[in-house]
Amino acid sequence: MKRAEPLTQLQSVEPNTGSPPPPPAMTPENKVAAPAEARSLLATAWMRIRRSKVALLSLCVVVAILLFAILAPVLSAMSGNDPYTSNTSPEVLDDFQTPGLPLPGYMYPSAQHWLGVEPGLGRDLFARLAHGGQVSLTIALLSTAVSVVLGTVLGAAAGYFGGKTDAIISRIMDLFLAFPHLLLVLSLTPILQSRLRDTPLGEGSFLPMASLVIILGFFGWAYLARIVRGQVLSLREREFVEAARSFGASHLSVLFRQIIPNVMGVVLVYATMLIPTNISAEAALSFLGVGVKDPTPSWGQMLNAAQSGNWYLSDPWFLAVPGLMLIITVLAFNLLGDAVRDALDPKSSR
Amino acid sequence: MMTFILRRTGSLVLLLAAVSFITFTLFQLGPSDPAAAACGQECTPERVAEARVALGMDQPFLVQYIDYIRGFFSSRMIGAPGAQTLCEWPCLGKSFQTNENVADIIGRSLPYTFSMAIGALVLWTITGVGLGLLAALRKGTPVDKFIVGAASVGVSLPIPVTGLFLLLLFVNQLHLLPFTTNEINSPFGPQGPGAWVANYLLPWIALAVLFSASYIRVTRTNMIETFGEDFIRTARAKGLAPRTVTFKHGVRAGITPVVTMLGMDIGLLLGGAVLTEQIFSVPGLGFTAVHAAISGDLPVTMAITMLAAFFVIVANVAVDLAYAAIDPRVRLQ
Repeated sequence: MKRAEPLTQLQSVEPNTGSPPPPPAMTPENKVAAPAEARSLLATAWMRIRRSKVALLSLCVVVAILLFAILAPVLSAMSGNDPYTSNTSPEVLDDFQTPGLPLPGYMYPSAQHWLGVEPGLGRDLFARLAHGGQVSLTIALLSTAVSVVLGTVLGAAAGYFGGKTDAIISRIMDLFLAFPHLLLVLSLTPILQSRLRDTPLGEGSFLPMASLVIILGFFGWAYLARIVRGQVLSLREREFVEAARSFGASHLSVLFRQIIPNVMGVVLVYATMLIPTNISAEAALSFLGVGVKDPTPSWGQMLNAAQSGNWYLSDPWFLAVPGLMLIITVLAFNLLGDAVRDALDPKSSR
Repeated sequence: MMTFILRRTGSLVLLLAAVSFITFTLFQLGPSDPAAAACGQECTPERVAEARVALGMDQPFLVQYIDYIRGFFSSRMIGAPGAQTLCEWPCLGKSFQTNENVADIIGRSLPYTFSMAIGALVLWTITGVGLGLLAALRKGTPVDKFIVGAASVGVSLPIPVTGLFLLLLFVNQLHLLPFTTNEINSPFGPQGPGAWVANYLLPWIALAVLFSASYIRVTRTNMIETFGEDFIRTARAKGLAPRTVTFKHGVRAGITPVVTMLGMDIGLLLGGAVLTEQIFSVPGLGFTAVHAAISGDLPVTMAITMLAAFFVIVANVAVDLAYAAIDPRVRLQ
């Protein structure tokens, strides 16, 4: 702690000669003592993102979607509905020709049901979409966080310590990358759920969320770890690391206080790109029936509901609502990820 | 070259062994009780105990693993002592659900998965490489911007959404194509190649939309890079026709990263396009795996996961070897 001040100064005045230049560290000391060009990572990213219309637009859409999910209870209360109450009365759902199909006044958006109602159970689609977004995005963000922590720490450790540590971690990475991701995640999720059932994580609607976060997080770190490892391999030869070592800093302290802050740029880029992957993965697993299950809504569960019983053929709107939401969300996150990469990695150009 | 082949093949064998061991560990030690899964819904403690013996789970873990691997090479007896049945080579265990030999289930699913993979592969390679090349040749023009934009949208289209939408539009609304049936799994069947194409066209499109997007990006980036290199300028300077420069010199040099991607995607796809097979009810490996996973049929999911990982690894090594054959510099590293 005492040694931190001189070290970060050393690091911030150090000329950017390496390739690619590591982004400046995000330590508080840095902001105070650093010369003008050493802006914080997020500030640099923001500076560059602001210049691109596509990037700005996708950032706005991402923020709007996050707000939509966070405010789900408020929004559905405003619309006067909740995601769980079913209404199968013959005024809402067809009773004769196609039993369960919403009648025209209820199938599409109206003042009472902002996005219409579900076929079969007559639950409010807007409330389910908003609450489902909460579930889908929570799973995607938490599993990304798990992967990012694992990938950064393991990748940095492999690159920094080298030798046997590197050999072991690298072989594990290779193995993780060899497995067909979706298939493995798909077959292990029910197994993990059976394990978690009797633990505090296994309660009701919490179980599928917890198991998806664990599984997606645990199987998503290898690619990031490989990238971080590559960066650290060149970082550890730099003067500021040597300086820190000569001041007597322990390996762990160098790893966490000098090395990892310097790879945060790459980590941020890959984290932004992992989020849409995990949103799609949640949708895929719940769609296949091993993730989030009815009555808990998620965007994947809603797609599953649209396919089961072939409802999407008689009520295409029921497929369009979660489908479009999913496409817009994944697209916005992907474009934002591209923008963050372009902003932070000067080598990449599209 | 020979040492390179030997070294890569050696690492291949090691990796396959590691993958099989890890998969086996995950699936045997993962569930709280595989024997309970094997004996099904109405299960008494005695029957669980019987099932445990029948599965060989009273044996030490390594013995179980070695027994399992032995089945890859020869037929073996499985089941409780006294009630053993023959599991014919290649033995991958027996399904908890139907007691059928897992290898037979996989053998039955493979033609469907091959049918899915081959057409999708051809479709997305043509569109991906073609559009990527076009974008690179027209760099900076509206055509390029449109293709790059379309690729960004393409990678963001989840298969369940595209797949169901295609079914809705082309089958249900326009009646242009039939719903997929299980009866057709090869172009050489009694229905002929036309019916085969019609049967698999929509799944191919659904897969191609997603995959070709990344091929467009990679092809475009690499072609732009290649077109900027000296040997292309030389070729142009010595007066070669633009077409010859583009295809004979440019594409040949710039296409290698695409070949790598292709190799890995072939491996991935042979393990079963889980979502696409599920949406279009094509009973290939992915479809079989989903149903086995949901019903807790461990031997089937385990065998398919292992097989799919094998495909990926073998495809990777095949790509490496092909590279080394083309480019001698690779062998040295």
